[in-house]
Amino acid sequence: MRVIVNGAEQEMGDDPSMPLLWAIRDIAGLSGTKYGCGVGLCGACTVHIEGKAERACQITLGDVDGKTVTTIEGLDSAGDHRVQAAWRDLSVPQCGFCQAGQIMQAASLLAENPQPSDEEILTAMSGNVCRCGCYQRIVDAVRLASTGI
Amino acid sequence: MLKYLEPSLSAPSSAVRLAKVSRRGFLGTTGAFALAAYAGPALAFDTYATGGSDMPSGLVDNPLIFVSIDADGTVTLVAHRSEMGTGSRTSLPMVMADEMEADWSRVKIVQAPGDEPKYGNQDTDGSRSLRHHVQAARKIGGSVRTMMARAAAAEWGVEPSDVTVEMHEVKGPSGQVLGFGDLAAAAMTQPVPAHEEIAYKSEDQFRYIGKGEVQITDLHDITTGKAVYGADVRLDGMKFAVVARPPVVGGKALSYDASEALAVPGVESVHELPQGGLAMKFAPLGGIAVVASNTWAAIQGREKLKIEWEDGAHGSYSSEPYTAEMIATSEQPGTSARDQGDIDGALAGAARTFTRTYTQAHMAHIPMEPPAAIANHTAEGLEIWAPVQSPYTTRTDVATALELDPAKVTVHVTLLGGGFGRKSKADYVTEAALLSREVGAPVRVQWTREDDVRHSFYHTTSAERIEVALDNADKVTGWLHRSVAPSILSTFAPDEGNVLPLEQSMGMTDLPFDIASIRCESGKAMAHTRIGWFRSVSNIPHAWAIGSFVGELAEELGKDQKTMWLELIGAPRKLDPVTAGLPEGFWNYGESMTEFPIDTGRLANVLTLAADAIGYGKDLPEGEGIGLAVHRSFVTYVACAAHVKVVDGKITVPEMHLAIDCGFAANPERIESQMQGAAVMGMTTALHSGITFENGAVVQSNFYDYDVVRSDNFPRKVVTHIVPHPFSVHATGVGEPGVPPVPPAISNGLFAAIGERRRALPIGVEA
Repeated sequence: MRVIVNGAEQEMGDDPSMPLLWAIRDIAGLSGTKYGCGVGLCGACTVHIEGKAERACQITLGDVDGKTVTTIEGLDSAGDHRVQAAWRDLSVPQCGFCQAGQIMQAASLLAENPQPSDEEILTAMSGNVCRCGCYQRIVDAVRLASTGI
Repeated sequence: MLKYLEPSLSAPSSAVRLAKVSRRGFLGTTGAFALAAYAGPALAFDTYATGGSDMPSGLVDNPLIFVSIDADGTVTLVAHRSEMGTGSRTSLPMVMADEMEADWSRVKIVQAPGDEPKYGNQDTDGSRSLRHHVQAARKIGGSVRTMMARAAAAEWGVEPSDVTVEMHEVKGPSGQVLGFGDLAAAAMTQPVPAHEEIAYKSEDQFRYIGKGEVQITDLHDITTGKAVYGADVRLDGMKFAVVARPPVVGGKALSYDASEALAVPGVESVHELPQGGLAMKFAPLGGIAVVASNTWAAIQGREKLKIEWEDGAHGSYSSEPYTAEMIATSEQPGTSARDQGDIDGALAGAARTFTRTYTQAHMAHIPMEPPAAIANHTAEGLEIWAPVQSPYTTRTDVATALELDPAKVTVHVTLLGGGFGRKSKADYVTEAALLSREVGAPVRVQWTREDDVRHSFYHTTSAERIEVALDNADKVTGWLHRSVAPSILSTFAPDEGNVLPLEQSMGMTDLPFDIASIRCESGKAMAHTRIGWFRSVSNIPHAWAIGSFVGELAEELGKDQKTMWLELIGAPRKLDPVTAGLPEGFWNYGESMTEFPIDTGRLANVLTLAADAIGYGKDLPEGEGIGLAVHRSFVTYVACAAHVKVVDGKITVPEMHLAIDCGFAANPERIESQMQGAAVMGMTTALHSGITFENGAVVQSNFYDYDVVRSDNFPRKVVTHIVPHPFSVHATGVGEPGVPPVPPAISNGLFAAIGERRRALPIGVEA
């Protein structure tokens, strides 16, 4: 299996059934993408496949052979994507573990819908769990990244 | 002065809504001021006693342990407490840096390994990091500033009193200037000054403390995926392991067949771990481990194991009959834990009595990062990388388990992807250590979410019965609270079914109500699973019962909730342990009752703040209501006012106000984030969190059936009100005390909205 990860072709072994999450973490050695539930219910492993947010634990290597995957490490070369900047402006994280997934989800939302309503933000982010409870700042940061306000 | 808390000192009882400040450009905005190194003892802060000195290994305030300065001026500060989201890894170094006059942009933070003899207590729980260590942090910072001034004075041949220290520079009377880096070598060999020798800053001289403008030190790494958590450490030749643990605590594998597991590509070996059980502290549960070349192979291998389990003594534990049994026990007299006045007389002579019973299911912490640990056992010793709340306990526990000299064990602390008490118990670290020794290579043990939900150290389950005596004027003259819950003690010692005074003190025996006769009792309840502490601990069921009961009593007596609360709390006073009939061994969170009293004035104040801020008493449309609750825990006072609205049959909370009195607020921005988090975890506790057992095993497994509040239904607008105080009002702690008042406030709000009373936590998501 070969996957384009953050712009570079990556050899991912020969097990097409391996979830992309574990390939990213254990084979590609990129640890920004987190394991949180393994069943697509928490969003901690959210990455972009061909630019669209997906749960890496629910995608197999077979699904992405030859495709383009972006992880948090590749979202912006300087780490200054407007969503990342908004996250820092509002000091969103507490423990921080879920935040890469949250940021990848938000970046995908804004790529598809640059000016989402609050309701659209709440719905789009509802698959990403934050046990620390940063939701208020997450929603504010998505809005900030979208509107500058 | 204090951007977050203005006006602060002049109006100690008025809270100010946290201003929403732009956090852009938070550095470099403070005005320049010079700080005399020797302004005299008038500026010294008055030290006070905390329970920190009674903790294992106590407190260390030696700057040479916590501070190092490079020739280029980089100031490296040691964070010795674990970071799990409360911000202590930033806040304590921030206090050091401020008192030192270090430029925060030139400060680097390194995490201490588990070494309490060197750093002092590292047990990061109990909302203690700031409460116990803020004075030491000031002392450390002030010491270094003093040493800098003395070194510069010696260099220039002037008196230290002629020298000023300002933002990483030391200035002499004739315009001499030396940077911290220039002076580092000379300063750090100066004698460490005593407290009395240090001219501490006055509060108006703080640059960072109390301002809430310093961002957490890991913010950039977190937002770019570079922050290192437990499972993110990777060693050469490392193996990946998962463990099939016995479904019932104390169970074991009678036999197993690993042949199919070993046939999974990538699986390398299978190992049986020693049997665990209750009363074994944080020892692993045992089971069968699968070691592989990657995590996925290990998980697949585990699925192929064929194991015949023996359940052992706890195989008949089922939550439904157990809850009924706890309720029945609560109907009978228990062991008295507090006896004030004459409760029997009060009940016998009452015009009438009013009784209600509340229950709570077990809960699992489910931090977003499931437990994970890396161990590398070699001939030289054992090296650990793990997200642990208590790194030194981890070190000694693992050393004991492997019969190693603790001096040969090193515990590196990663960031914790949430802790909530789960990561105080390092069973997962011992698993990794045992397996690394077995396979002779570094091993990472990864818990799946299912493992985490099914093999936790669970928050206790409980039944709480409250009966009050009322006189002819509807005044409460007697209060009888019976609590029945399996104890945390069962995790440490053979279970006799009795709770600890420590658990009773958390929200039951410390009842701050002005009632003539009060008795608190505990009934026996045997543990059948590992009981551990969960953020806020016994305060959750106690506050749930008391807060709900106050709501019910208000309804019964035709009063509004605020009036009822204030009536019960009574006049401002400090609870006297003797006249209140508090028991020997009453646990005030490890603090003295004189330094950290139970102050009903502060309790009533936060309730009034939250109630008034939400507009309690205002007219609301049908299907909406406001609930109130207030609770003191971890020597901090928090009130919750929850606006509950039923939308399409679902319980929602469009607005919530949390008012907190935590003494001096060192980092208001992180206090606000902890309150926002407490609102969410409190709502999750209210609506979702129920771990139940059937035949000894946990029924739930993942977010399917153990869900949490999400962005489509969380307390939508949380407003935090921080009661401002000067440093002399002792800083307490904020990690835990926000949660307990939230579930009863939501339930009281639901009642106000639809007239329906819920008495079992979780109350569910449906209205």
